[in-house]
Amino acid sequence: MSGIGFGTPIEPPGGAGTSTLDTARRGSRRRNAIISTVSTVVFFAIIIAALAASPGADKFIDSFFSRTGFEDSFEPIAEGFWLNVKLMLVAEAFVLVLGLLVAVIRSLPGPVLAPFRLVALIYTDVFRGVPLILVIFMVGLGLPALRLDFISDRSVFTYGVISLVLVYSAYVAEVYRAGIDSVHPSQAAGARSLGLTQFQSMRFVILPQAIRRVIPPLLNDFIGLQKDTALVGLLGLVEVARAAENYAAETFNFTGYTMAALLFIAITIPLARTTDFLINRDRRRMAATTAA
Amino acid sequence: MNAVPLLRLEQVYKRYGDMEVLRGVDLDVAEGDVVCLIGASGCGKSTLLKCANLIEPINGGRILLEGEEITSEQTDPDRVRQHIGIVFQAFNLFPHMNVLSNVTLAPRRVLGMPQRQAEERAHELLDRFGLAEKTSEYPDRLSGGQQQRAAIARALAMQPRLLLLDEVTSALDPELVGEVLTVIRELAESGMTMVIATHEMGFARQIADRICFLFKGVILEQGPPEQIFGSPREERTQAFLKRIIEAGRAADLTAAGPGREAI
Repeated sequence: MSGIGFGTPIEPPGGAGTSTLDTARRGSRRRNAIISTVSTVVFFAIIIAALAASPGADKFIDSFFSRTGFEDSFEPIAEGFWLNVKLMLVAEAFVLVLGLLVAVIRSLPGPVLAPFRLVALIYTDVFRGVPLILVIFMVGLGLPALRLDFISDRSVFTYGVISLVLVYSAYVAEVYRAGIDSVHPSQAAGARSLGLTQFQSMRFVILPQAIRRVIPPLLNDFIGLQKDTALVGLLGLVEVARAAENYAAETFNFTGYTMAALLFIAITIPLARTTDFLINRDRRRMAATTAA
Repeated sequence: MNAVPLLRLEQVYKRYGDMEVLRGVDLDVAEGDVVCLIGASGCGKSTLLKCANLIEPINGGRILLEGEEITSEQTDPDRVRQHIGIVFQAFNLFPHMNVLSNVTLAPRRVLGMPQRQAEERAHELLDRFGLAEKTSEYPDRLSGGQQQRAAIARALAMQPRLLLLDEVTSALDPELVGEVLTVIRELAESGMTMVIATHEMGFARQIADRICFLFKGVILEQGPPEQIFGSPREERTQAFLKRIIEAGRAADLTAAGPGREAI
């Protein structure tokens, strides 16, 4: 449904080389553009009409899209959302480091390191398997209950970050590991043959190539993490979802939820487009190198 | 030949699963020697070099560098590899670094050489191999021949005692083979000790002090090039050389090529 006909190369001016085939192709391209535009308009028109025709349409629009609702809810919700942004940034910083550490440990050879590999394997298996919502409850309610110094008197924000880091590092570790595995073994052989140690070969030769390749999937997980920060509200932190809930409780109007959704989208869409851009760029580059 | 050879292989065995690739290889390489390994694909040439560089662990026998066993449990393979350079058929340059960084990486990180000194030496080597203009290019911008010369420079930057060349021209377009062979020839003249696995018979004949013919994981016959190419004793060697000549891969052995005149 995208705009067909946008990225097409400019046709040479109709000279001696313009055949009937060219004309026909240009005609069909224009026809495609018209069809895609019309079908898009019709598609959305039907959905909107269906919603508008439903018996509760007025009520629905009033509850979720009220003008005063947008105006009044913006401040508390934006304030809550700022907390989500902070959660996301702090957690992501730790996730990128911890995930890399786990991935590197899992990629290390040698019988001596077997226990470390096993720990890393168990960690990724467990935390990819357990739903984030359960981890948040276990960390947020469990750690304080332990009554340990340093651990049990942290803020809810910290427990939220810990939960997000635990779960997302497991995902990100697998992304990194896929990147490490994608670097051809001959690169490690080249590095080791020069006398570089296992660690140096990883640090200077394997990882720089691996990380470059996994930036798009890392961004994908970043988008997931950003959305999942809303779950930390379950611990009583007034982040965006909680702020919207509070607003709804006070005013009996749900526009706060719409507001929250719009704020998330305002961040995830640019991230998603950036990811697409990077993936396409890599694909083009790859095609260029294989052709050469 | 010195009493203690630079490199010595004693009854080296190597298995991949059920397949015995090396079945008791004995080889002495004296300082300054250029030894060429010839033989059909799969005869163990490449494996022998990879074992000598400790990239592949051996399953039996010993390898000694200057009389010191390097295949024992106590040896630190990273330290041994500093002294034994290897150049691969597929170059294995690091694609995320420019040519200069490819060459300076190991001297800087392994030997702890200051960046300026490492770069000076890298420039010297790259100049010598005709790559002065290419130091800031990335490997994928170079031709195969240029990449292979850069890879040789990278190995030499560690100032190895011994250089192993694993079919370094096999992945190159025919017109690019010459420039790489010229570099190797120059190295041989400068006294570099080398073990070269190659399919270039004319080149081997010209450059080698000794030719080793490998057959099914053993060195079946070895000797000076004129003897191996001129009057091979073993039937297998004769058959192999005959096949090569018939395949036209050693045109300069039959016609009046440069290899002929050198003898």
